[in-house]
Amino acid sequence: MSSLGTAGTSGTALALAAQVRSGQRSAHEGVEEALAAVAARDGELNAFLVVLGDEARAQADRVDAAVAAGHDPGPLAGVPVALKDNLCTRGTVTTCGSKILEGWRPPYDATVVEALRRAGAIALGKTNMDEFAMGSSTENSAFGPTCNPRDTGKVPGGSSGGSAAAVAAGFVPLGLGSDTGGSIRQPAALCGVVGMKPTYGRVSRYGLVAFASSLDQIGPIAATVADAALLFDVVAGHDPRDSTSLPSVPEPTLASVHAGAEGIRVGVCRDLVDGCAPDVAARVQEAADALADAGAKVEEISVPEFAYGLSAYYLIAPAEASSNLARYDGVRYGLRVDGEDAEVMNTATRTAGFGAEVKRRVMLGTYALSAGYYDAYYAQAQRVRTLVMRAFDRAYESVDVLLGATAPTTAFDLGAKVDDPMAMYMNDVCTIPSNLSGHPAVSVPFGTGAGGLPVGVQVLAPALGEAVLFRVARVVEAHAPQGPGS
Amino acid sequence: MTLSRDDVVHVARLARLALSDAEVELFTAQLRTVLDHAADVAALDLAHLEPSSHPIALQNVLRPDDPQPSLDRDEVLAAAPTVEDHRFRVPRIGGAAP
Repeated sequence: MSSLGTAGTSGTALALAAQVRSGQRSAHEGVEEALAAVAARDGELNAFLVVLGDEARAQADRVDAAVAAGHDPGPLAGVPVALKDNLCTRGTVTTCGSKILEGWRPPYDATVVEALRRAGAIALGKTNMDEFAMGSSTENSAFGPTCNPRDTGKVPGGSSGGSAAAVAAGFVPLGLGSDTGGSIRQPAALCGVVGMKPTYGRVSRYGLVAFASSLDQIGPIAATVADAALLFDVVAGHDPRDSTSLPSVPEPTLASVHAGAEGIRVGVCRDLVDGCAPDVAARVQEAADALADAGAKVEEISVPEFAYGLSAYYLIAPAEASSNLARYDGVRYGLRVDGEDAEVMNTATRTAGFGAEVKRRVMLGTYALSAGYYDAYYAQAQRVRTLVMRAFDRAYESVDVLLGATAPTTAFDLGAKVDDPMAMYMNDVCTIPSNLSGHPAVSVPFGTGAGGLPVGVQVLAPALGEAVLFRVARVVEAHAPQGPGS
Repeated sequence: MTLSRDDVVHVARLARLALSDAEVELFTAQLRTVLDHAADVAALDLAHLEPSSHPIALQNVLRPDDPQPSLDRDEVLAAAPTVEDHRFRVPRIGGAAP
């Protein structure tokens, strides 16, 4: 097993890009290595739905030609990146893990895909995910589950489980995921890698297939905090094609990632620790102690309103999903199952194309939005969202960042929770508050728990607080326990 | 407000999903569990709070009304299950056949 997080810079995206930019190493070589690693082990893991061999080689050749001609291909020169399969790639299949989009080739690239190409990165393939990003284990994919590279009997988390597994297995140094209720951070925690959800609006959602539009955000998955900051800096920025894209130009975060935690006020959030398994809670406490040793001002804090986040999320996200997924009607793209009239065709198509979890959420959302229940469920959940946002504001009057667990447990057995939706939803209890508030948060690997499985510690920051978030995360990473499996 | 079997049948129809009897039973039980959990939220007195639909203040975004290239028509239609004369072809919508 490759060691991660504290392995130095060899094998990191930063090191690879520096070597390619200076001509010490070819992009071609890096891509061949990545493709060989995937060929050797992904039959077992199923992290990738599609591997873009020819396209990746062609892009590597363009990068190498640019270097040979004296041009700088960009900050991610020659770095292979895994793309979650809900990111549109022009002419390349994009399925969202669903049979209803099987074989669909988008007519345009997502803005983040364009940004990666401009930065010299190489899209190595599209990764497995829970169907339409609905799930916490990648078992809801129509194309079979992904296994956790740390222990192939365990789930990798989800919904960005393919991207997290691809990074954890060492196939690629970087991956992109999307996070609606924890779908970057939770799989990162379960696979032992870094996963970060940016502030809502920081990264363009243009070309991200919509799940719950007020919560969805694209973000980086990486083996190290510095690599996650590097990738975030490349994909962040205003995009006129996303009307919720923030107008401000974000400050680069990579430059300050090693600035330390001296004087930063850290609130250990009891509500993001106390309900967790003892092995997870113990690691959060050790991370807090490490931050105190590094000069941070650590205190305990309670935000009891977070307790209502899960219920609110599982009304708001399904409600938005029920609306967003109405577009899968068998008319313009994707699956069609024929019927005598349009309604019969729509129904037959959706019944055959959607899996059980998507059906559950679409029905739940339709119910929460329907006459007679709208006020009691949907509007009430939106008021809880206000409650949680105000609670965050109050907490950030006394601390700069919050610290807690990312997921309540380490990786669980494949199949353990597939028949119990509520048990599956509980995985998201620590990550949901940041989606409701639109704030940034990151999961950092911090040692292992029972069975030698990775534990993720979560750092949360206020809106636009990505720089301080990465600084604190880097200190946590630097003090992570070493040992077998870590 | 306990979710009934009939509620599930009704909602499935609205969402254009066909369910077998066994699925109606299963989804009724599973959705009830989720809604039971949401009872904690439904019971809160939050009349003093405004609902939030978004994490940031949304505003209309305008751009100058200059023509710009759009998606290629043939490329878009190539993804459709059936097309006719550069248009999406669908089965009859509503009513009985003439």
